[in-house]
Amino acid sequence: MNRYPLWKYLFIAVALLIGVTYTLPNFFGESPAVQVSSAKATVRVDQALLTRVEALLKEANIAHDGMFFDALGPNNFTVRARFADTDSQLLARDVLQRALVPNADDPDYIVALNLLPRTPAWLLSVNALPMYLGLDLRGGVHFLMQVDMEQALERRVETLAAELRALLREQDIRHAGVTRSGASLEVRFRDEATRAQAQDAIRTFNRDLVIREEGAADDLRLAVTLNATAAREIQAKALKQNITTLHNRINELGVAEPVIQQQGADRVVVQLPGVQDVARAKQILGRTATLEIRLVDEEAMASGNLAGAVVVPERQRDGTVVPVALRRQVVATGDQLVDAGATFDQNQQPAVSVTLDARGGAAMKVATRENLKKRMAIVLYERGRGEAISVATIQGEFSNRFQITGRFTTQETNDLALLIRSGALAAPMEIIEERTIGPSLGKENIERGFNSTIAGFIVIVLFMAVYYRGFGVISAIALTANVMLLIALLSMLQATLTLPGIAAIALTLGMAIDANVLINERIREELRNGRPPQQAISEGYDKAFATILDSNITTLIAGVALLLFGSGPVRGFAVVHCLGILTSIFTAVFVSRAIVNLVYGSRRKLSALSIGAVWKPGTAGSVK
Amino acid sequence: MEFFRISRTIPFMRYALILNAISVITFLAAVVFIAVRGLNLSVEFTGGTLMEVSYQQPADLEKIRGAIEAKGWGEFMVQHFGTSRDVLIRLQLQEGYSSGQQAEQVMATLKAQDAGAELRRVEFVGPAIGAELAHDGAVALILVVIGIVIYLSFRFEWKFAIAAIVANLHDVILVIGIFALFGWEFSLPVLAAILAVLGYSVNESVIIFDRVREHFKKFRKMETVEAIDSGITATISRTMITHGSTLTMTLAMLIFGGPALHYFALALTLGITFGIYSSVFVATAIAMHLGIKREDLIKPVKKEDGQQVLP
Repeated sequence: MNRYPLWKYLFIAVALLIGVTYTLPNFFGESPAVQVSSAKATVRVDQALLTRVEALLKEANIAHDGMFFDALGPNNFTVRARFADTDSQLLARDVLQRALVPNADDPDYIVALNLLPRTPAWLLSVNALPMYLGLDLRGGVHFLMQVDMEQALERRVETLAAELRALLREQDIRHAGVTRSGASLEVRFRDEATRAQAQDAIRTFNRDLVIREEGAADDLRLAVTLNATAAREIQAKALKQNITTLHNRINELGVAEPVIQQQGADRVVVQLPGVQDVARAKQILGRTATLEIRLVDEEAMASGNLAGAVVVPERQRDGTVVPVALRRQVVATGDQLVDAGATFDQNQQPAVSVTLDARGGAAMKVATRENLKKRMAIVLYERGRGEAISVATIQGEFSNRFQITGRFTTQETNDLALLIRSGALAAPMEIIEERTIGPSLGKENIERGFNSTIAGFIVIVLFMAVYYRGFGVISAIALTANVMLLIALLSMLQATLTLPGIAAIALTLGMAIDANVLINERIREELRNGRPPQQAISEGYDKAFATILDSNITTLIAGVALLLFGSGPVRGFAVVHCLGILTSIFTAVFVSRAIVNLVYGSRRKLSALSIGAVWKPGTAGSVK
Repeated sequence: MEFFRISRTIPFMRYALILNAISVITFLAAVVFIAVRGLNLSVEFTGGTLMEVSYQQPADLEKIRGAIEAKGWGEFMVQHFGTSRDVLIRLQLQEGYSSGQQAEQVMATLKAQDAGAELRRVEFVGPAIGAELAHDGAVALILVVIGIVIYLSFRFEWKFAIAAIVANLHDVILVIGIFALFGWEFSLPVLAAILAVLGYSVNESVIIFDRVREHFKKFRKMETVEAIDSGITATISRTMITHGSTLTMTLAMLIFGGPALHYFALALTLGITFGIYSSVFVATAIAMHLGIKREDLIKPVKKEDGQQVLP
């Protein structure tokens, strides 16, 4: 009775040891650091850069506190160096900036100032990191961006219109016009037979379409829309492409731990801890660059009369800007772009190879066949303004794979490919929710949360020690272990800690003591009823256990519901709440029992427990 | 040391009728407050822009109000937040403004007025998100209720499950009613606090009913009323102490937590305080009225020879 087998003691000891190890990183604070990331998609950050940075720092005699090679996102690496003080940090930044970014107008790398946790190497080797602080504790920016799926769809349907026109022409089916309204197309016909023919042709061409007959005698129409699956697929692709583009742009901000995640079917969450300049962040992220491939309006160009045409500037290689007139019809759009890369053509000259998807390819085929020797422009639209990044003559008929050549240098082909890829933002995004927390507020929040938790904790511990004496002290120890395990869990899981999360820690402490109170009260009751101490302990724990389990499960249900439906700070609260309940059960029952067993279990002739005076009804004084 | 030296069972259930009457009256009052005064929903639910600006010296609210009025953006709110140097500005959603552009414009004007103005926090919530968050909050509440009812029906009995939930929902409505009465800001963290309190209160009722069940098991001749009374009496010490300690934590939050946690801590404090009342007295009273009996809590054990024995 009241003895735990050795393995249980060991288990608890190991759990506590792990708890201590993973709680430690939280106490080390942060050190100033410099972060180098790539500014262009064509420039890679790799181990070679790490070596180079190290060499540069050594050359300049700047001592560093650790070099790291981390990932900011998929395929997006960064080299970081930690320093002991801000002076070294600033010096290092200057040195690296001068060496790595010779031309400020055209940077290959971004060298940014940052703060990194000062965790010592031995802790890092077991993956012990400090808790991930939410924005309301760190300061920074949170955006929720919504992708304009409507536009993505409409653009696709626009291309579909062109494809249908081409198809019907090929099959020699006369129609009276293809028009788009919203995300559906209307094809008009003059007679039944043609319409039926067209319907068959369209159905064979593309099984993803929903075709409906409409109209009567004079006005025979076919309404064509994309079916639900196809529409969803387009939206999913649009979202993924946008996220990738955001990842690329994030680097420009030099953020240490950016978060870019999909949320739901059409939203993206962007969190930038530590960002101060919100306007700039929004500017960079909000760049809704879209890409279009259009034919050049040769007549307008030849006659010099650009009045009625769509005109975009083209930046020539020598720096001059000339206007280019474009035809209205869009041949292919950014979302049909599969890839663009720098390569070499058959003459070993640098070229840019572009790959479009099947749809883009089909449209290209038609366009190139009918416009040999005419020019085609790739136009990048940023912030509503277009710029032709490439104007090239069509030398042959091609569909989805083609090359752009033209006395490029490798650098130029790299740049062009990058531009083409980056412009492939399939649909514009809009910021629907935004939170900015200043850094000073973040620090204050941490302090306040911390202070309130500590204050309450001290009061409870004192009370327990006075009211329940020895058992009270044991309960207090269990409570301390509880907090420690909770923080260790949060650090291990790298769960986000928010201000409500700190409040949840405080709440957990208050609720956790419940279990211990239950146990202690039960033991007192057993003693009051005349049971010998060893039995009282045993009975007390046994009887209390089922109740503890029950009561914590109901609190857990509330926590899980919050977890599922909460977002942002509330989610932070829910995570800590749920984890806290689990650690509470563990420490209140097992850890406190282990200590009690160690203290009392081996005493054969136990006559009294240090559980405070146990009042027996009917006696004048107290029995100790 | 022992605070609660109770030698006899306190006949709580004798006062069941009065207690229930009080519950119904306060419940109705709360509903009236909510209906008539409505809740002061935060920006998270209504959408809009929230700014927290701090100054070096006590802020001149009138000047700030004048500056914002000049923009012609409809209703807005400017008030002190925590200290006299901190100002909270709340703006309504405007057509054509997405994200924090309103905030940027306001800051430009405020900085022109007083260079020491510092923007500490901006929250912009678009219209769609606000409705969604409200919807998600409501669903979370319903989920919690259903989850708890199911779990309690398994562990105890449906009558008790209903009693527990009804009593504690009454508690929730009371807290919301008080928020409506005083016009305190009802934000997402406040909703989270209320849900946490709901779970915690039900937990309370569980402990008492566990005791009641135990007493049924131990004292074979005990009547329902006496079982309930003795259950409450036996656990009163624990109830008071636990509530005391949880209240200590929430009071610490109220005192030290600063304005950000203020309403959250307030909701928790109120909830825990009312919780004692609702989960101890109301839940048991309702269970008693629903006619809970010994057989409900203790499932009969079938012996091999087919006879039924009640433990």
